[in-house]
Amino acid sequence: MSKQKNSFLEWIDKRFPMTVTWREHLSEYYAPKNFNFWYFFGSLALLVLVNQLITGIFLTMSYKPDASLAFASVEYIMRDVDYGWLIRYMHSTGASMFFVVVYLHMFRGMIYGSYRKPRELLWLIGMAIFFVLMSLAFTGYILPWGQMSYWGAQVIVSMFEAIPFIGETLHNWILGDFMLSDAALNRFFAYHVVTLPVLIVVLVFVHVIALHEVGSNNPDGIEIKENKNPETKIPVDGIPFHPYYTVKDIFGVVGFLIVFCGIIFFAPEMGGYFLEYNNFIPANTLQTPDHIAPVWYFTPYYSMLRAVTVNFLWIDAKLWGVFLMVAGVAVFCFLPWLDRSPVKSIRYKGPIFKFALAMFVISFFVLGWLGTQSPTPLYTLLAQIFSVIYFAFFILMPWYSKIDKTKPEPKRVTK
Amino acid sequence: MNKIKIFLLVLCFAPMALYAAEPGMPLDKAPIDTSDNESLQRGAQAFVNYCLTCHGASFMRYNRHRDIGWDNEAVVLNKLVMTGQKAGDLMVSAMRKNEGEEWFGVAPPDLSVIARSRGADWLYTYLRAFYRDDTTVPGWNNLVFDRAAMPHVLYEFQGEQRLVVKSVDGKEVKSLDLVKPGSMTVSEYDRYVADLVNYLVYIGEPIANERKRIGMLVMIFLFGMLGLTYLLYREYWRDIH
Repeated sequence: MSKQKNSFLEWIDKRFPMTVTWREHLSEYYAPKNFNFWYFFGSLALLVLVNQLITGIFLTMSYKPDASLAFASVEYIMRDVDYGWLIRYMHSTGASMFFVVVYLHMFRGMIYGSYRKPRELLWLIGMAIFFVLMSLAFTGYILPWGQMSYWGAQVIVSMFEAIPFIGETLHNWILGDFMLSDAALNRFFAYHVVTLPVLIVVLVFVHVIALHEVGSNNPDGIEIKENKNPETKIPVDGIPFHPYYTVKDIFGVVGFLIVFCGIIFFAPEMGGYFLEYNNFIPANTLQTPDHIAPVWYFTPYYSMLRAVTVNFLWIDAKLWGVFLMVAGVAVFCFLPWLDRSPVKSIRYKGPIFKFALAMFVISFFVLGWLGTQSPTPLYTLLAQIFSVIYFAFFILMPWYSKIDKTKPEPKRVTK
Repeated sequence: MNKIKIFLLVLCFAPMALYAAEPGMPLDKAPIDTSDNESLQRGAQAFVNYCLTCHGASFMRYNRHRDIGWDNEAVVLNKLVMTGQKAGDLMVSAMRKNEGEEWFGVAPPDLSVIARSRGADWLYTYLRAFYRDDTTVPGWNNLVFDRAAMPHVLYEFQGEQRLVVKSVDGKEVKSLDLVKPGSMTVSEYDRYVADLVNYLVYIGEPIANERKRIGMLVMIFLFGMLGLTYLLYREYWRDIH
C-alpha cells in the first residue's frame, strides 16, 4: 500500500511539484514557536474569505440583481430557499467578521512591527487586500436594495462629485445614470461577484507567497532566520507550520466559530450594527432617511469625511473631507517608513510609542462611534479632535519613534 | 443635470412622505412571545381581517403558518383565506399601489418585515396611540407617528382617544385620554394589539425560533470541539519549549 502510494506520488511529482510545495509551505515552513493569540487572525481571515466565497455562490443562485426584484429576492432566500436564511446570515455576518479579523490582524502587525523591513511589501500587499475588501463590502451592501443600501451608497458615490472639473462626469460614468439606479445595481453586482472576488483571491495568494519568502514576524520582533542550527540550517526558534500551527489554528478556528455562530444563530442583526434596521425598508428613491449611517466598519472614516466643515485653500470642505477619508485608510501604507524605532515589537518599545498607540486605538473607536450618530456641533468637534489624534499617530511617528527609550531585544524568542 | 435638479426638488418634499417618528417619544414594552402559538394564531386572524385589505405581507405564504400550529392546508385556508387564493400563495394585499397612493397619499407599506425595521415596541405603542384630530385628512393622528396617513382602523375596539397636553415644569407633556370607549376594555385591546404585534414579529422572520433551536445544538457541538481541539493542540505541542 505504502509503496503503491509512493509510486503514485512520484508519478505526480514528475509532472507537478506537489511534494516540494507541501514541504516549502507547510511541513518545512518554519514559523517562530512563540506565536500568541494575535496570530490566529491571519488564518481566520482566510477562513472567512472561503466562507464568503462559498455562501456567496449559493446566494447568487437565488438573488436577482434588479432594482424592482432585489429586495424581494433576499426575502425569498430568507423564507423559501432551504436553509437560505442560514446561507444569508453566514454571508452577512461573515462580511462584518471579515473586518473584525482583518482589523485585529492589522493591529497585530502594528504592535509587533510586522510591517518593518523586510516585510514592507508584504504589508503593502495586505493593504491592497484591505482596499479590495472595502470595495467588496461597499458593493455587497448595495445588493439587498434596502433604504440603507441605497442612501449609504448615495453618500459614497456623491463623493466623486466633489472632485473638481471631472466630478460629475465621473459620477455619471460610474453609475451609468444620473442617480443610483438599476444600472448601478447591475454593475455593482458584477463587481461584487466577479471582479473583486477574483482580485482578492489573487492578492491573498500573493500575500501568502510574500510571507513565506520573508518568513513570519513574531511577538518579540526579532528575525529567527538570523539564528540557525549550523548543521540543519533550520532556525533554532522555528517549528514546522504543519503540524504545529495547523493544529493550533484548528483550535483557534473552533473558538472563532463559537463567536461567529453565536451571532448567526442568536443575534444576526447584532443590535442593528451588522444588519441595519432601516435596511429592512425597501429602497425608496424619493425618501431620504432621517439618519444615514454606513455599516460599523466604515464609520471611523465616515466620521473623518464629516469632520471637515470649512473651505480651505479655495478647496471645498467636502473635497477636503473626501481627501481626509481616503488618507485615513491609505496612511497605513506608509507605516514601514514612518517607524524609525530601533526595535520592532511593542515589548521593547518605550512609553511614548505605547501612549501614542493607545491614543490611536481610542481615536479609532471614538471616530467609529461618532460615525453611527447624527452629527451635532459637539460631535463634529469631537470628530475633528480625534481625527487630528488619529493622524498625529502616523505623522509624528518618525519623530517619537526615534527619541523613544527602548529596551534591548533578546537574542532568542521568549515565551 | 436637469434630472439631478428634478431629483433634488423631489427630495425637498420627501419629509412630506410622512414616515418620520416623533423623536424622544417613550415606547411601551410589547408583551409578546413568539413561542405562544395561540397568540400568533389570534394575531394572524386579526391581521387578515383588519390589515391585509390595504397592507400586503407579500413575502409570506399562507401555508407557512404550519410554523404556528396550522399544519393542515385546509385549516389554513379556512382560518385565513377569504378570497380564491391557494395555500401556497403569497399574502398580497387586495389594494393596488396606485389606489393606495390615490386614497391615502402614500401606498400602505408591505408589512412582511415591518417588525424588523420598526421594532415590536414601536408597533405596539403606535397601534394604541391613535387620537381624534380634525385637522388631519383621515381625521386621526398618532402620538408616535405624527400625521400618519393611516386612519385608526381598530377604533371600534379601542374607542376614541383625545390628546391632552399638559405643562409640567415648563415642558409640554402629551398624553391620551379615552373619551369614548370601544367594544373592548383597555386591557382586552392591549392584548389584541399584542397578539397582532406578536404575529408581525413572527412574519418578520418566520425561521427565528427554529434558528435559535438549531443554534443551541451548534453551540453544544462547538464547545465539545473546543475541548477536543485544545487537547489535540496540547498533545502536539508537548515537546515544544
